[in-house]
Amino acid sequence: MEEKEIELLKLLEKNGRIETDTISKMLDIPSDTVEEMIQKLEKDHTILGYSTLVDWSNVYEYEGVAALIDVKVTPVRGVGFDKIASRIYRFPEVKAVYLMSGAYDLSVSVEGKTMMEVSRFVSDKLSTLDTVLSTTTHFILKKYKHDGIIFDNDDDDDKRIMVTP
Amino acid sequence: MSPSYLAKHVEELKPSGIRKFFDLASKMENVISLGVGEPDFVTPWNVIEASYHSLEQGYTAYTANAGLLELREEISEYLSETFSLTFNPENQVLVTVGASQAIDLALRAIIEQGDEVIVVEPCFVSYSPAVSLAGGVPVPVSAKAENEFKILPEQVEAAITSRTKAIVLCSPNNPTGTVLSKEELAAISEVVKKHDLIVLSDEIYAELSYDEMATSIAAVEGMIERTVVISGFSKSFAMTGWRLGYAAGPKEIMEAMTKIHQYTMMCAPTMAQHGALEALRNGNDSVRDMKTSYKQRRNFVVKALNEMGLSCHLPGGAFYVFPSIKETGYSSEEFAQKLLEEERVAVVPGHVFGDSGEGNIRCSYATSIKQLDEAMKRMNRFVQKHCK
Repeated sequence: MEEKEIELLKLLEKNGRIETDTISKMLDIPSDTVEEMIQKLEKDHTILGYSTLVDWSNVYEYEGVAALIDVKVTPVRGVGFDKIASRIYRFPEVKAVYLMSGAYDLSVSVEGKTMMEVSRFVSDKLSTLDTVLSTTTHFILKKYKHDGIIFDNDDDDDKRIMVTP
Repeated sequence: MSPSYLAKHVEELKPSGIRKFFDLASKMENVISLGVGEPDFVTPWNVIEASYHSLEQGYTAYTANAGLLELREEISEYLSETFSLTFNPENQVLVTVGASQAIDLALRAIIEQGDEVIVVEPCFVSYSPAVSLAGGVPVPVSAKAENEFKILPEQVEAAITSRTKAIVLCSPNNPTGTVLSKEELAAISEVVKKHDLIVLSDEIYAELSYDEMATSIAAVEGMIERTVVISGFSKSFAMTGWRLGYAAGPKEIMEAMTKIHQYTMMCAPTMAQHGALEALRNGNDSVRDMKTSYKQRRNFVVKALNEMGLSCHLPGGAFYVFPSIKETGYSSEEFAQKLLEEERVAVVPGHVFGDSGEGNIRCSYATSIKQLDEAMKRMNRFVQKHCK
């Protein structure tokens, strides 16, 4: 992949709403080319989507809990972990699934409205899957930083004095 | 108190033109400042953490006058790897309180009453006053807009008299962002060698060069014995408030500088030195990330300014662009003042950096792209309104 494409991806990863014209000026390439590059990257599934990072703890009406679940499974000959992973990630409650090195196999991030809802998902849906040997559920108490972004950050406030030599 | 108590040569120093804009801008609300001569990044966390750790460990005493030997060794290694310069950390490297102190020390170490020092303008506001305070006479030489603010060897030569002792050069340059190539530095070196001058080379922005790595004039053949390389941690590592710089140069000059430093400053702050050590050892990734970001912003601002009709060249380094505002018919000062009052964007009028800066303004792009975007929109509105 070209250097400019990687630079473009990094800009979009940080700010999905950045304008094409701004990107064009920053990377010193014509706007049309930027559009073409983005379309190509979308088409080949390098860019999978554009989302917004929301601090839901600022929204009083929002109810929700999240948990990280360590899952041990028995890998199946021929398909390894992929088959069981796909059984798990198809549940809409599941927000992320990673294959891990170390003491367990899959790390599963689950969101629900209440702790009860998440617990029920684990006991009814996840633990009962064929090759799942065990689960350990960790509820998230507070988010400090997510995808490189610090929650409750005051970095926006510029501590520099207005004009300096 | 009667003003006669004040030393005449201090009274005669002109106050910096930057002060006025600072006073104006800080009284207003909703100002986007492109007038800041320092990074918008906070110092990399590993550097802050290393400094914390040194304090916890009780490193709160003085260091050697010249600075921690470990730090001088790292600086020496850095200069060798980056610019192929060889300096003995034992007696050719001095850790100072910012590059500013290094400049002051170097000038005081070499200047006798009445000696002339060539100062290439437009430049950082401190050089000429520092020459005067050291008893010397600053001789400004103007780099011209039509040469992309690059000083020509013949201009230097024309300014040399029997009293000329040294020349202060800054590349990449504040306020123009101009970088002198190896060939251009070599041509200036010929004049310097011919007239037996010393070069004070302010290389504080060297790491922040975007198209090719800046070269040091000390790397030109026959120049290492007559150049004091001045740099520091402020710009590349976003450590302005730490006040930590250094100088490296010929043993005799460095020993003289260390002597003055020893009597006037003792040593640079110890906790800052420990932070700097971490910066040099493990700070490369942070510098690279910041550099990428500056480069993108530079491209953005240069494009936007040229589009709105304020022409500027693509500067090779630092974090400033220096567009011409002559099209508007205003002086630099008028332009900057009106822009601030009408659109709440603070820039620095070019003339404060020397007479040849008149007709230009300095815009710092060490500000988030979001702010730059808004600033460019405001400036565009301003220019369209005022440009006939």
